[in-house]
Amino acid sequence: MITLNNVTKKYGSFTAIDKLSLEIKEGEITGLLGPNGAGKTTTMRMITGYFPPCEGKVFVDGYEVSKEPEKVKSILGYLPENPPLYGEMITLDYLRYIAGVRAIPGEEAILKTAETCGIREVLHKRIDQLSKGYKQRVGLAQAILHDPKILILDEPTAGLDPNQIAEVRDLIREIGKTKTVILSTHILQEVEAVADRVVIINQGRIVEDDSTGNLQSVRRGRYWIRMIISGEGAEESNGLFKEIPGVVEAKVVPGEEYLTTLQILASAESDVRPLLFRTVRDRNWTLYEMSREKHSLESVFRELTTGGSNEQHS
Amino acid sequence: MNSILKRELYSLFRGPIAYIVIALFLVFSGILFFPTFFIFNLAEMRGFFQLLPILFCFFIPAVTMRSFAEEKRSGTFEALITLPVKVSQIVLAKYLAILLFLVFMLLPTVAYAVMISFLGRLDPGPVLAGYLGAILLGGAYAALGLFASSLTTNQIIAFIITAAAALFLTFLEQMLIFIPPLLVDWVEFLGTQYHFRTIARGVLDTRSILYLISFSALLLLGTIRAVEQRR
Repeated sequence: MITLNNVTKKYGSFTAIDKLSLEIKEGEITGLLGPNGAGKTTTMRMITGYFPPCEGKVFVDGYEVSKEPEKVKSILGYLPENPPLYGEMITLDYLRYIAGVRAIPGEEAILKTAETCGIREVLHKRIDQLSKGYKQRVGLAQAILHDPKILILDEPTAGLDPNQIAEVRDLIREIGKTKTVILSTHILQEVEAVADRVVIINQGRIVEDDSTGNLQSVRRGRYWIRMIISGEGAEESNGLFKEIPGVVEAKVVPGEEYLTTLQILASAESDVRPLLFRTVRDRNWTLYEMSREKHSLESVFRELTTGGSNEQHS
Repeated sequence: MNSILKRELYSLFRGPIAYIVIALFLVFSGILFFPTFFIFNLAEMRGFFQLLPILFCFFIPAVTMRSFAEEKRSGTFEALITLPVKVSQIVLAKYLAILLFLVFMLLPTVAYAVMISFLGRLDPGPVLAGYLGAILLGGAYAALGLFASSLTTNQIIAFIITAAAALFLTFLEQMLIFIPPLLVDWVEFLGTQYHFRTIARGVLDTRSILYLISFSALLLLGTIRAVEQRR
């Protein structure tokens, strides 16, 4: 549906996007994740045809964006970071204007979209008198009014309160059932909550690209196990655990008093938990706790975008 | 393009700015025109049309300064560009909106002509030519204003650039004494006042009309380029 082919974008001497390639399939909800200034907005602007890349090509639904911008713009809905609203306009008039530019006849589409976005009750209010949450919804209404195949949302929940965030996310999930959606954010929970796939961008490059489910549990083929035991010699047990096949690393970390807390890094090919349990039983230690930890998206993100090899995770 | 034109007019006339600009324009043109009118005691509007180049230098930038600068500042520019319309259509729609505004601003002054025609025999020729010249000159400054507005995100800067450039072009004539004699004719031709005066006298010189139209066209092309070159 959307293809970026070795795309580079420079602002003067600063390279915002560096030979980025990305393929997004129809019907996917993709989260573009990255710290501020990573190149999320730039990537989106090239897809929407706001500006062309310096090198490389962008295709949307088979059309090259710089060659047939009008075709692309007509099947695409875009909500920029700041909702593009004219404060002096009445909501309904604003939506009529968008409908006019997009050549959508009649009021039906406007009313239906207003219903979907929950802005029926503010249709007759001036836009600059709306709350931030309503403004965001009017922005969203503007983006989906022409029932686009593709929806591009730049930080759609930025600046909203927790209730509004939840509402907008529900809305995106609902709309995303029938459309290809790309949303950018620097909030990890958002991607976990909404997206099927996460693309992490840092300094203009893709550093990770996976389904949200995969990213959370396994990273680079490894996972962590947290174990709490007690018994004679338990404090020095990490040496013993290291010898178990499949265990990459085992270390004692501070934890509950009189108990030994261990963190064990294992490779993903085998589940080492049965072996760990047997070792504990053979030594006659007491097992208080053993859990395989989900590698939280947060730690993956931090690791990938700071470029650190910091394996310590929270 | 129709929708964009409608929206431009909506924003101009739904807010107070349009009415303030029009009211101030009428106040200033009235105050400056009528004292001399009664002194000369002639049934003609030449004095009024003579004022227009200077008044336009301030009133037109006040209207054009918002057009692109404000859209860029508020972020609506991004959406405008990603709508399925050509940049040339956007620029033309904005330009037409300002021309229509100009007509609205000049419309009440037709009352001057009507009043004067009661006082004496007013020759309609120069008056009609004067209004044509006013539209052409206003159009030229409007194009200048759009161009300045497309270069910046700050309305005030857009205003100052436009007013400064417009004043320069208006008073170029008065600066001719500093110019080497060989170039005088050329430089005089570049000033806007010369052409406006020709037309407002009732002489529909094609050179002057062409000059003002091509002046606008050139700046509108510049505006289209500037909007397309955003990055």
